[in-house]
Amino acid sequence: MSTMLRINRDKCGYCGTCVAVCPEDALELIDVYLSLERECIACGICARACPLGALEVVHEE
Amino acid sequence: MKNNYDILIIGGGPAGALAAKTAAEAGNTVCLIEKRAAIGTPVRCAEGIGKELLKEFIKPDPRWIAADIERARLISPNGTTISLEQDKAGNEVGYVLDRKIFDRELVWQAAEAGADVIVKTRATAPIMENGAVRGAKVLSVGMPADIRAEVVIAADGTEAQFARRAGLDTVVPLREMMSCAQYLMTDIDIDAGSTDFYLGNEIAPEGYLWVFPKGDRTANVGIGISGRKSRDGSRAKDYLDRFVAKNFPNGKTIEAIAGGVPVCRPLACTVADGLMVAGDAARVVDPITGGGIGNAMLTGRLAAQVASECIAAGNCSKEALMPYDAGWRTSRMGTILERNYKVKEYFVTLDDAKLNTLAESIANISLKEFSVLALIKELITRNPKLLLELKALKDTLS
Ligand SMILES: Cc1cc2nc3c(=O)[nH]c(=O)nc-3n(C[C@H](O)[C@H](O)[C@H](O)COP(=O)(O)OP(=O)(O)OC[C@H]3O[C@@H](n4cnc5c(N)ncnc54)[C@H](O)[C@@H]3O)c2cc1C
Ligand code: SF4
Ligand code: SF4
Repeated sequence: MSTMLRINRDKCGYCGTCVAVCPEDALELIDVYLSLERECIACGICARACPLGALEVVHEE
Repeated sequence: MKNNYDILIIGGGPAGALAAKTAAEAGNTVCLIEKRAAIGTPVRCAEGIGKELLKEFIKPDPRWIAADIERARLISPNGTTISLEQDKAGNEVGYVLDRKIFDRELVWQAAEAGADVIVKTRATAPIMENGAVRGAKVLSVGMPADIRAEVVIAADGTEAQFARRAGLDTVVPLREMMSCAQYLMTDIDIDAGSTDFYLGNEIAPEGYLWVFPKGDRTANVGIGISGRKSRDGSRAKDYLDRFVAKNFPNGKTIEAIAGGVPVCRPLACTVADGLMVAGDAARVVDPITGGGIGNAMLTGRLAAQVASECIAAGNCSKEALMPYDAGWRTSRMGTILERNYKVKEYFVTLDDAKLNTLAESIANISLKEFSVLALIKELITRNPKLLLELKALKDTLS
């Protein structure tokens, strides 16, 4: 089983809040496109901070 | 693209724009890069600013002023309203800006002063040599390039990734990140001369909800809550939607934005060899009001002034750049940041009952001065016990 971060770009308001709280500097906001660019430890801090609920840590078989 | 400048500025917000303008006016070669395709959009702001603060940096212009504010109202959980009126206070209240135009004007002025401005260009990493920042690796419309500079001013806002990649700790703790959502609404019944702040743990836990007018029937209606209170079903957007459904059910939303306001202490140090950090990236937002436009302009300008002197003297080491860090820390802004941080840490512990009691104690006041300090002093006069709880503040309230 693996854990990963899922970004819902239809919900995302490209505000950068998640970028600022990520302890791993894993996220990158490229103008209006949020991208997971580096290793993510699936800690879920970004998902907590997101004002719009656009992020989710998901567990996959 | 030219690839060598005296000063390189990362970010085209108010901090970067003031840095670029000041640096160019001092005779430096200056480049400002902005990762977005357009300066000023999307807006991440409620756009309120004090008049006196604004005038320190630019002459007010109707082209980017959306509303002239005469009063502020604080509304406690049970509806007790504290109204602070301009004609009773000795100083002026503020404006609500149109930041799409305001931010452009600032960058325009920087360009006019001689700075190069390049949009759709993102700094991906600092160029490091012997532990010192010597410029930035960028992606300019997808093309990799190196831009070298004597000093880099990181004014990259909330994200603050540039300073982080140069070795500074810019991560905002979850509980000190205000998670925000805002609608620009029209066709709503508001007091067009009043900025309204709603407090309470049901309305906006550890934060507040605001209605900032931008016209007779138009306003920024937004909210900030602490990151630690943010969860599925109780996110900033959820609280905002509930407030809007109750108070402005027939309003029309013509813009929806999100944002993050860091209300932690400023960075432990805002300089390094060849690097200065300004504005939100330096975490100099007022922790009580969440206001950061003025502080961004102040730190951007000061950073460029100190950088200019250091470049002229041929030394851009951390030690040489230190007067910038010391300068803003000992300024009025630095003192207010420290004091309001402590006030914030106290206020986030209050439950709704306590908030109501405090609000009721000052419901009929008329303040001589329009400021957070004046409000706190009044609260203490009426609730002397507060001073015991606010011990940490005693020395800073004189
Ligand atoms: C919802 C909300 C409401 C607010 N309300 C108010 C208010 O009413 N009054 C007030 O005074 N303040 C308010 N603020 C705070 C205010 O918006 C900020 O303090 C202010 O914008 C800070 O200016 P800045 O120049 O430091 O950063 P910003 O204005 O954020 O500018 C930073 C710029 O850097 C760019 N950038 C980032 N990374 C890179 C990179 N790697 N390369 C190139 N460019 C990059 C960004 O795209 C951005 O344009 C609010 C904030 C939010 C989120
Ligand atoms: S915090 Fe949420 S809305 Fe903001 S950029 Fe990240 S995912 Fe998008
Ligand atoms: S889950 Fe944690 S590590 Fe992964 S992007 Fe979010 S904050 Fe960063």
